[in-house]
Amino acid sequence: MSEAFQIILLAVDSAIRLSVPLLFACLAGLYSERAGVVDIGLEGKMLIGAFAAGATASLVPNPWMGLLAAVFASVLFALVHGFASITQRGNQIVAGVAINVLASGLTAILGNAWFNQGGRTPQLPSGARFNEIVLPFAESARAIPVFGTIYAEVISGHSVLVYGALALVPLTWFILYRTRWGLRLRAVGENPAAVDTAGLSVTALRYSAVIMAGILCGFGGAYLAIAQSAGFITDMTAGKGFIALAALIFAKWRPVPALGACFLFGLLDAVALRIQGVSFPGIGQVPVQAIQALPYVLTVVLLAGFIGKATPPKAVGVPYLKDRS
Amino acid sequence: MTPPAIQMTGIDKRFGAVHANSAVNMTVQKGTVHGLIGENGAGKSTLMSILYGFYAADSGSIAINGTPSLIRTPADAIHSGIGMVHQHFMLVETFTVVENVMLGAEGGAFTARGAATVRSKLLELSQAYGMDVNPDAVVSDLAVGALQRVEILKALVKGADILILDEPTAVLTPTEVDNLFVLLRRLAAEGKTVIIVTHKLKEIMAVTDRVSVMRRGEMVGTVETASTSPADLAELMVGRRVVLTVEKGPARPGGVVLDVQDLSMRDARGTLRLDHVSLSVRAGEIVGIAGVSGNGQSELLEAIAGIRKPSSGRVSLNGAALDCGGRDDPRTLRAKGLRHVPEDRHRMGLVKPFEAAESAMLGCSDEERFGKGIFLDRDLVRADCAAKMAAFDVRPADPGLRTALFSGGNQQKIVLAREIERDPQLLLIGQPTRGVDIGAIEFIHKRIIALRDAGKAILLVSTELDEVLALSDRVLVMCGGKITGERLPDQTNEQDMGLLMAGVISEQPGQAA
Repeated sequence: MSEAFQIILLAVDSAIRLSVPLLFACLAGLYSERAGVVDIGLEGKMLIGAFAAGATASLVPNPWMGLLAAVFASVLFALVHGFASITQRGNQIVAGVAINVLASGLTAILGNAWFNQGGRTPQLPSGARFNEIVLPFAESARAIPVFGTIYAEVISGHSVLVYGALALVPLTWFILYRTRWGLRLRAVGENPAAVDTAGLSVTALRYSAVIMAGILCGFGGAYLAIAQSAGFITDMTAGKGFIALAALIFAKWRPVPALGACFLFGLLDAVALRIQGVSFPGIGQVPVQAIQALPYVLTVVLLAGFIGKATPPKAVGVPYLKDRS
Repeated sequence: MTPPAIQMTGIDKRFGAVHANSAVNMTVQKGTVHGLIGENGAGKSTLMSILYGFYAADSGSIAINGTPSLIRTPADAIHSGIGMVHQHFMLVETFTVVENVMLGAEGGAFTARGAATVRSKLLELSQAYGMDVNPDAVVSDLAVGALQRVEILKALVKGADILILDEPTAVLTPTEVDNLFVLLRRLAAEGKTVIIVTHKLKEIMAVTDRVSVMRRGEMVGTVETASTSPADLAELMVGRRVVLTVEKGPARPGGVVLDVQDLSMRDARGTLRLDHVSLSVRAGEIVGIAGVSGNGQSELLEAIAGIRKPSSGRVSLNGAALDCGGRDDPRTLRAKGLRHVPEDRHRMGLVKPFEAAESAMLGCSDEERFGKGIFLDRDLVRADCAAKMAAFDVRPADPGLRTALFSGGNQQKIVLAREIERDPQLLLIGQPTRGVDIGAIEFIHKRIIALRDAGKAILLVSTELDEVLALSDRVLVMCGGKITGERLPDQTNEQDMGLLMAGVISEQPGQAA
């Protein structure tokens, strides 16, 4: 087998791993923003989720308990965001930033106080993590050229959360476009007054969307702490929540393109890791930061209108107030 | 005897200091078309919003078909068989007609079956009532007339027996209004109850059986339509006798002040909003532009006022060519004697949180008389505003009061005073009396005619056909960005205008005159 093919397979495999947290956060943002609540707090919710997962799994060596704790913590933060931006009709961006700052500070302080490892949670044993699953026939398929290799190297050998994230894409599409809740969710993000006059509660719908975002951010955080790594590290989300937000805009708030955008940004990340220190003929070393900045550059280019038009949900960011006229 | 469809008793509602409804009683008989009129801020919309459960009343009770009903949310109202067509349509623009109609009545957790049911009901009802609507059309692609049909169908599909329409005719052509009224009469004949909220007396006379009149939050009377007249209703609404006709002498037009040739404009999406518009306005003449809202009138005013740049065409003022939207921005145009009273005073004419004195000098703050150099002299600013308020009878005459706290009519007077007092060569006026009470309408019309008699050129845009016909010396009609015809107000009628407004007939301007 050619070496180039092997390198591509490894890059794709690594891109999948790197894009999963983006995908969880991006879909979380999709539910929230489709319902009209801007979610800049994806980063913070993922971070608190990662911390809760790491801490819980270190005490109870069961990844599912870690996941549950991550979801619980992240939903709690989502409810704070919901209370500020839905019930109190505050500024959604400011509330989201507050969530990020709070999560960043809280995880560092609690981590230090509880575990005394400089903000880390203890290294997890294998039984406390989501381990890689080898799909059936993966080893025997390795013998089959191309398809078998792809199956064994790229498709097989990920944790259950990776497959869960991928399954979430068609599921989200179905929920959004084929269910009552999805219809109402999309309506409340476009014209909450229409929802209100149809006899539905704008508040309840927006809360349900924000809670959904909390659940998914919890999954994303748990993936970082107890699937991809073996424990929580200070600020381990490292801007993934913001990249996910960029991916959401890139995908124009639609689930299937969200998968594409997250994979693209994951791939850029994988490439950045790979070319570290590598010298290219004629160019020299490409700074890693240049690749890492690409998602943001692409988003700015998109927003400037070069790649189609990204029209956000009409009512996004606007607290709903019955106008008295 | 059948109990009344609606009986509202002792409805009371306050918004902070504003007493929007005080002890209002209203009874509507089943199978009738009932009018509800009143000036802006009289409390009609509040009363109807309470009936629809959008606001909760502070006190009072509602009985539907004789049964006391607790209506606290729109869901309760829908359950009681009440449907409402709001003045600003409550539709999701990105949704199809079916999706909009089924919202809140999906018939299960998944939408597929509900969509099929709604689609068949929609087709059935639209055929039965002759309302042409494509169930799969996306709402943002539909014209306003169609949107209103969707709203009515939405209420009917949800099983409404009582239909409330809030200012339903504001966006329709005269023909569409006639069709709507035929539909409303038919719904009433089938035993449904229709309430129509409007401020247009003529419509009340045309379609209702009975009419309730509100003034300053109170119900001042309910009368049989057959036994009343527009003048009587106006008196009930305002509380005093008002002159409904505009008195003006013949125009004495002078030289051409504004000349527009082949003006075209595309919007950001590339849609042609103005299509080779040519017109001229002479000194001492009011030229009116009639048409259903959204047919290019706003774009025309904004292009001439230098707010938007036309894609092609020529505009000249007193013979000198202008580069509207380019070198000639609103500020330089003002210096050349062009003044603009914008259609939407809240968006363009005033700053609501500013005090009246500040709103009364918007765009004029560079004038020497307001202070020296970069400083403003607050005393001078306020004194200037006080003088304007006296001249234009603005109430309350307090330059320090926040602009938002004035009534619509008084806000409009502040804008008019600002623009008229600068002695314009040409005045552009959009919707001079939108959201203005009857008493103030009378005053504003008089000032516009006085300005004409002083030899100024006036270009007036209004979607109120009666207003255009009453004020203008010549009327141009716009439809789809084109001028479809020109008429003299005393040589036309509503049918003729309606055909031009709908674009059914289209003539080269100038032929009729």
